[in-house]
Amino acid sequence: MKILVPVKRVLDYNVKPRVKADGTGVDLANVKMSMNPFDEIAVEEAIRLKEKGVATEIVAVSVGPAKAQETLRTALAMGADRAILVQTDDEVEPLAIAKILKAIADAETPGLVILGKQAIDGDNNQTGQMLAALTGWAQGTFASAVQVEGDHVNVTREVDGGLETVKLKLPAIVTTDLRLNEPRYASLPNIMKAKSKPLDTKTPADYGVDTSPRVKTLRVSEPPVRSAGVKVADVDELVAKLKAMGVHS
Amino acid sequence: MKTLVWVEHDGSAVKDATLAAVTAASKLGEVHLLVAGEGVDGVARAASEIAGVGKVHVADNAAFAYNLPENVAPLVAELMASHDAFVAPATTTGKNIAPRVAALLDVMQISDILSVEGPKSFTRPIYAGNAIATVESSDAKLVLTVRGTAFEKAATSGGSGVVEAVSAGGDAGISSFVGAEIAKSERPELTSAKVIVSGGRALGSSEKYEEVIVPLADKLGAALGASRAAVDAGYVPNDYQVGQTGKIVAPEVYFAIGISGAIQHLAGMKDSKTIVAINKDEDAPIFQVADLGLVADLFSAVPELTAKI
Ligand SMILES: Cc1cc2nc3c(=O)[nH]c(=O)nc-3n(C[C@H](O)[C@H](O)[C@H](O)COP(=O)(O)OP(=O)(O)OC[C@H]3O[C@@H](n4cnc5c(N)ncnc54)[C@H](O)[C@@H]3O)c2cc1C
Repeated sequence: MKILVPVKRVLDYNVKPRVKADGTGVDLANVKMSMNPFDEIAVEEAIRLKEKGVATEIVAVSVGPAKAQETLRTALAMGADRAILVQTDDEVEPLAIAKILKAIADAETPGLVILGKQAIDGDNNQTGQMLAALTGWAQGTFASAVQVEGDHVNVTREVDGGLETVKLKLPAIVTTDLRLNEPRYASLPNIMKAKSKPLDTKTPADYGVDTSPRVKTLRVSEPPVRSAGVKVADVDELVAKLKAMGVHS
Repeated sequence: MKTLVWVEHDGSAVKDATLAAVTAASKLGEVHLLVAGEGVDGVARAASEIAGVGKVHVADNAAFAYNLPENVAPLVAELMASHDAFVAPATTTGKNIAPRVAALLDVMQISDILSVEGPKSFTRPIYAGNAIATVESSDAKLVLTVRGTAFEKAATSGGSGVVEAVSAGGDAGISSFVGAEIAKSERPELTSAKVIVSGGRALGSSEKYEEVIVPLADKLGAALGASRAAVDAGYVPNDYQVGQTGKIVAPEVYFAIGISGAIQHLAGMKDSKTIVAINKDEDAPIFQVADLGLVADLFSAVPELTAKI
């Protein structure tokens, strides 16, 4: 079985995002960019399935600028076999990404597509579900466990009330939650090896997908700032302040 | 504009998150509801009493019992032929279903809206709430998910919606429900609690969480929360996680105990009315947002607080 793993290059999760003064977006010039953390979990899961003998090949895909090659090389260094960069400098919305991935899924016929549940820049949480709609495949979102059994996959999902398990017919879509696994670091030899793994470059037009945005960003602004309050000296002062606010047993 | 709001329910009652979605939808136009599930007469009746509601579409079918998106999304897409906007709460159920509906309709969804600015424009958080985008859709129809803490809850009485059975849809035959581990608790739900007591990595074990955090929550009638680190370490179940990728909460009072205040955690609780932080590191970022901060060892301070409050 082949596994397709879409990955996105985003602002590193340790960097505090800064809104640009002109209100057009978040400043991404000269800041550290990394693979979206949920996508790292997706790559790791695919590798584990390959190590278990469930998967035979892992194809990493990224839709983004030329620099997204670095993200794909990271996926290759972790253990993906080959990569496809669908190169564009436009900001591509989840719906158009899903359409591109649908075209790639048609060509590659994977048994599973494993995506991150959300990218930590747009926080949309849409692409996997949209791809599932377009392919007509079943979806196991927010996964904390993935078990392939014959022509099915059991996915345990993190839901508001706890955990839920669904059984999906393959091929299927899985989106990862934080506790699915702990992604490995690529070793130096593997980073070197990744440089010679195949990486195809395509464009959205190659897949016949129009990426013009449906949703226009009118402006981006800072959220209301919360200022620090007071430090209390001890528990007694805290209790007094809380009681004054009406907080007590 | 005619909106169709997804009613989130547990088989017997309408969940609170639905009520915020109804308020958001009412800013766009007429509010119709969709109750999908098996044996949902009672839910449909309760839904019809929500203030301001027009029609209540009821799809009673075993295929809809567990909200499987493979079965439910085509049903919603069909109903959208006669509606202009699909509005779902930004819960794990809403997030699972809405994008599947959006793609079936060839619409770009707008996730997690914070406000309605115009018939097609909305604000929404991006980058873990470190920026707020004002966006405008150019699609013919709208698909939205609604952040529960950003809208008042619609009243659960006073409405007189007309209940109408829907026969559309069925089992797509590609997915099935296997089982769930849903903790039943007497405590208030995290997303609608007035007071939340959250513990972080500093607790060190589930026993210590039980011993230190739970008694304070018990005394205050509070819901229990946690940081990702505390969940990852197995001190508490996943549904306790507050943050960018966990639950978004905005209680009257939020206690952050042994939590450093990473941006991903702040994203889930910084709209709380009052934030109380207890941390032994006076430079912990949590103090930058806390209204009341106590620099102390939690293992002595929290039991003392529990005893004195
Ligand atoms: C993609 C992604 C998504 C994430 N989503 C979330 C999310 O939704 N929610 C979330 O919470 N995190 C999330 N995180 C993780 C986040 O970045 C932090 O790692 C996490 O919030 C840290 O948890 P913590 O504050 O409990 O632990 P730490 O950062 O380790 O902080 C522990 C704190 O306890 C204090 N302490 C230690 N001992 C004591 C003591 N005896 N008494 C008092 N204080 C003490 C320390 O001073 C420290 O400030 C996410 C991360 C990523 C990459």
